[in-house]
Amino acid sequence: MSTATVDNPHSAALDTAESTASHLITITLRVRRFNPEVAAEASWVDYELQMDPKERVLDALHKVKWELDGTLTFRRSCAHGICGSDAMRINGRNRLACKTLLKDINPEKPITVEPIKGLAVLKDLVVDMEPFFQAYRDVMPFLITKGNAPTRERLQSAEDRERFDDTTKCILCAACTSSCPVFWNDGQYFGPAAIVNAHRFIFDSRDEGGEQRLEILNDREGVWRCRTTFNCTDACPRGIEVTKAIQEVKRALITRRI
Amino acid sequence: MSAETSTPSDAVELTSTSAGTYSPDNPAPVIEPPRARTSRSPKKVSRTNFEMWAWLFMRLSGIVLVVLVLGHLIIQLVLDGGVSKIGFAFVAGRWASPFWQLWDLGMLWLAMLHGANGLRTVINDYAERDTTRFWLKTLLYTATVFTVFLGTLVIFTFDPNIQ
Ligand code: HEM
Ligand code: SF4
Ligand code: FES
Repeated sequence: MSTATVDNPHSAALDTAESTASHLITITLRVRRFNPEVAAEASWVDYELQMDPKERVLDALHKVKWELDGTLTFRRSCAHGICGSDAMRINGRNRLACKTLLKDINPEKPITVEPIKGLAVLKDLVVDMEPFFQAYRDVMPFLITKGNAPTRERLQSAEDRERFDDTTKCILCAACTSSCPVFWNDGQYFGPAAIVNAHRFIFDSRDEGGEQRLEILNDREGVWRCRTTFNCTDACPRGIEVTKAIQEVKRALITRRI
Repeated sequence: MSAETSTPSDAVELTSTSAGTYSPDNPAPVIEPPRARTSRSPKKVSRTNFEMWAWLFMRLSGIVLVVLVLGHLIIQLVLDGGVSKIGFAFVAGRWASPFWQLWDLGMLWLAMLHGANGLRTVINDYAERDTTRFWLKTLLYTATVFTVFLGTLVIFTFDPNIQ
C-alpha cells in the first residue's frame, strides 16, 4: 500500500464520502421469514435500508433486527468468519453473512437471504443443525491412538502436517453439506463436512483410527453417494477443496481394499 | 447442477401471511426434512464393499462404453450410406462374425448393468418411502434381467436362414 502524497491526500470520491452521507446506498434486503407460531408457510419480507456498500450482509440483518423488527431471528456469534454460525443462502448461494460485503453481491437488486437448505427450519434463518452434527459425530472426529499416551507432545514432520492441512480449516458452518443435492434428497448422506472432518484424521500420521473411519464412510450413505457436483467446494467460506478431500477418501478406500 | 436454483420472481408473495389460526399456544407443525439423520438412524454399517464396486464399475464400464457405443453408432448410422443400409441382411452379415457378436454382447451387458446401476442411484435419491423404493427397484431389476436375457438369447440363437 502506498501512502497518499501531501498534495493529494484524498481522492475526490473519498472527499464526498467524508463530507456528506452520500456513501450510503439504498438496498432492499429480501428475507425468507418463517415463524411456526404465526403461519405454517414461510414468506418473503422486504426491508429497505440505508447501508454503506462496504458493510456486510450481517450488518444489514443487524440493522433490521436492532432498528426495524426485533423478531428477525438468525444465528451469529463471532461476526468475523471464525465460529461458523451464520451460513445462509444469500442470492441463491451459501455464504457466511459476516464475510459477504454488500458491494460484492450487486446491491442494486434486492438481496435475498434464506436459511440453508436440507435442514428443518426452526424460525426465520435458524435451522435444526442436529442431523448435520450427528453425521459429524458419526465419523469420530477426535484423535484415536493405541497404547499409553506419551509424556510429551506427539511429534509430526512438517510434510505429515501438510498432508491434511486443508481440512483442518473447517469451521463446521454447514455451507457445503447444505449445498449438496445428494444431501437435499433425504438427509441420510453423511455430507461433505463430515467427510472433510474424517479426512482431517484419516490422513493425520499420529492417528490410528483411520481404518475405522474408512469403514464408516464405505457405508451406503458414505463417500460413494458423492456425485462430484463441486457445490461443496464452491460453497466453502474457508476455501477448502472439499470435493478433492472426498476424492482422496475414495482413493484411500479403493487402494486399501484392492 | 448449480447451487443457484431459485431467485424470487415477482410472483413471490412478499408480505407475511396475516396471522391465521396459529398462536404460541397453537404452533404450526414443524416441517421435518424427509428421513433426517439422527442418533437413532439405523447404524447398520454395511460390511460389504458393494457401493465401492458399484462406483468403480460405473467408471470402468463407462470407459469401455465410449468405444463400444461410439463405434456402434458410427458403423450403424454414418459409414456406408448411414441408416438406409440397415436391414435383415446387414445384421445377419455382421453377426456371422464372432467379433461383432462379442462386441454387441459386451455392449448389451455393460450398457444394461451401467444403466440399471445408474437408475438404482436415482431411485435411492428420489424415492422417499421404503415401499416405493422397493417396488421401483423390483421393476428395474426385472426389466434389466429380462432385457439382458432376451438380448443374449437373440445374439447366440440368431438364425440367418429363418423364413
Ligand atoms: C458413453 C459412455 C458412458 C460413460 C463414459 C458413462 C459414464 C458414467 C459415469 C462415470 C456415471 C456415474 C456418475 C456419478 O456417479 O457421478 C454414469 C452414470 C449413469 N449412466 Fe453412464 N456412461 C456412459 C454411457 C451410458 C449409457 C449407454 C447409459 C444408458 C444405458 C448410461 C446411463 C447412466 C445412468 C442412468 C447413470 C446414473 C445417472 C446419475 O447418477 O444421476 N450411461 N455414467
Ligand atoms: S468444509 Fe467449509 S463449507 Fe463445509 S462445514 Fe467446513 S468450513 Fe463450512
Ligand atoms: S458469525 Fe461467526 S462465522 Fe459468521
